[in-house]
Amino acid sequence: MTAPVTEDLLRELTPQVLSALVRRYGGFEDCEDAVQEAVLAATVQWPSEGVPDNPRGWLVTVASRRFIDQMRSERARRERESATSAEVAPAEVSDSDDTLVLLFLCCHPTLTAASQTALTLRAVGGLTTAEIARAFLVPEPTMAARISRAKQRIRAAGSTFALPEGTERKERLRVVLQVLYLIFNEGYTASSGSELHRPDLAREAIRLTRTVHAQLPEDGEVTGLLALMLLTHARRETRTTATGDLVPLDEQDRTRWDGRLIDEGLTLARASLAGPALGPYQLQAAIAATHADAATTEETNWPQVHALYLILERIAPNPMVTLNRAIALAETEGPSAGLALLATLDGDERMAGHHRLLSVRAHLLERTDDLAGAHEHYRRAARATASIAEQRYLESRASRVKPATRPSPRLDE
Amino acid sequence: MQFLISLHINPAVLDALTDEEKVAIGAGHGTFIEALKQSGELISTQALVDPSQAVVVTVRNGQPVVTDGPFLEAKEHLGGFYLVDCEDKGRAIELAAQIPDASVEGLGVEVRQVMFAVGQLEA
Repeated sequence: MTAPVTEDLLRELTPQVLSALVRRYGGFEDCEDAVQEAVLAATVQWPSEGVPDNPRGWLVTVASRRFIDQMRSERARRERESATSAEVAPAEVSDSDDTLVLLFLCCHPTLTAASQTALTLRAVGGLTTAEIARAFLVPEPTMAARISRAKQRIRAAGSTFALPEGTERKERLRVVLQVLYLIFNEGYTASSGSELHRPDLAREAIRLTRTVHAQLPEDGEVTGLLALMLLTHARRETRTTATGDLVPLDEQDRTRWDGRLIDEGLTLARASLAGPALGPYQLQAAIAATHADAATTEETNWPQVHALYLILERIAPNPMVTLNRAIALAETEGPSAGLALLATLDGDERMAGHHRLLSVRAHLLERTDDLAGAHEHYRRAARATASIAEQRYLESRASRVKPATRPSPRLDE
Repeated sequence: MQFLISLHINPAVLDALTDEEKVAIGAGHGTFIEALKQSGELISTQALVDPSQAVVVTVRNGQPVVTDGPFLEAKEHLGGFYLVDCEDKGRAIELAAQIPDASVEGLGVEVRQVMFAVGQLEA
């Protein structure tokens, strides 16, 4: 087992070494293979022989040798003696951190989101294929095929190793942030299965977003995304009971939220709102900040949450945003107002039979004392979700409001 | 996201196909498997023997009872499945549509998301 300090160092250096190699020799695919071998050599040697004085230089040298060896054997195989372009000695490489360029390359628009995610984790995150496969619960050969396919696609697309300019850069940064957010979400709430958290993935997403933020500190959306992740991650310990049952926001023990992450997230959220234009991540960070600012659900500034969702709905319309606005509306104007807003989603194909629509409606029906309706919707929501933790939670809510056990219309008093 | 794409076979429908059509279905599965491997979406695929070879086990009063029912009564049976890992349900449906069975009247290709999995993933 590699010492954690070595592992952290390698994670940090991998993208720098890879970008140095790609800049020098070109050919992302071959460079990536060479870097993986160098990293592997480091995990074997460093714990026993000690970390070299210049670990980055060590990795670049070893990776360059591997790369040149690969090129030589390739050349020999093809009997192309004249091809000498790879015959360059590993000279000084630039000290500039090209991690951002690498991220842009891994989030190439010709790749599917699944491939972008896998390649980013491997090339920029420095995770092994086995680790990525485990995180996404697929066999290693499946993940290996996906990564190698992604590398081929990048080569086929003839990508150059440079930051795109102007509007293309903006567009690509949007994809990068989307991929980082996907990685975070997969770690925060697994889309299926028995385990709600995969904290390693969430932590890795935060680490990578920090890297982007360090290079683009003025970008409001990057700052907003980092704030959003930190504020969300701060609640992770309180989201489940010791036995893995889900705890909704209004029942979480807020004193156990990670105060350090909250403070950092709040500061970043405020900073991100200072810019001239607001993007979806900034708004979501502002919403998360409003929740984090309140000591209890009751003390939450719900009119502000509602207003922020209203703006979000305008700049990035999405039925999920409307659904969340309905929750805020129910807090400010009562459950009936929330239910009325939910009704506008009924015709939306993207939401038909969606467990979140069913469960939010169940919650609001419960609050209007329509226990039969709440029971029915909790049950349907439980059937519709692919997460076992969520299913258990919804089933328990359903049995709590079972109409047969209802002694009087006012159950709580 | 992981999905089980299951193939529901009706032997009467299969028997009515010409030899060429049967060969085309077999070849189509081969092509499909190759494409899935290439894209990194294949986790595994298994084909099952004819249901006449299957038994149903029940335990009554602590004693196992082996019978050939009750599923044999149905005209269709589970012939096999693909376990895939793909982007979303839309992609899973797209994949299912590429399976030759989907183009044959009387055969069914069903798509369902996996909710829980345990087993050997780290081959």
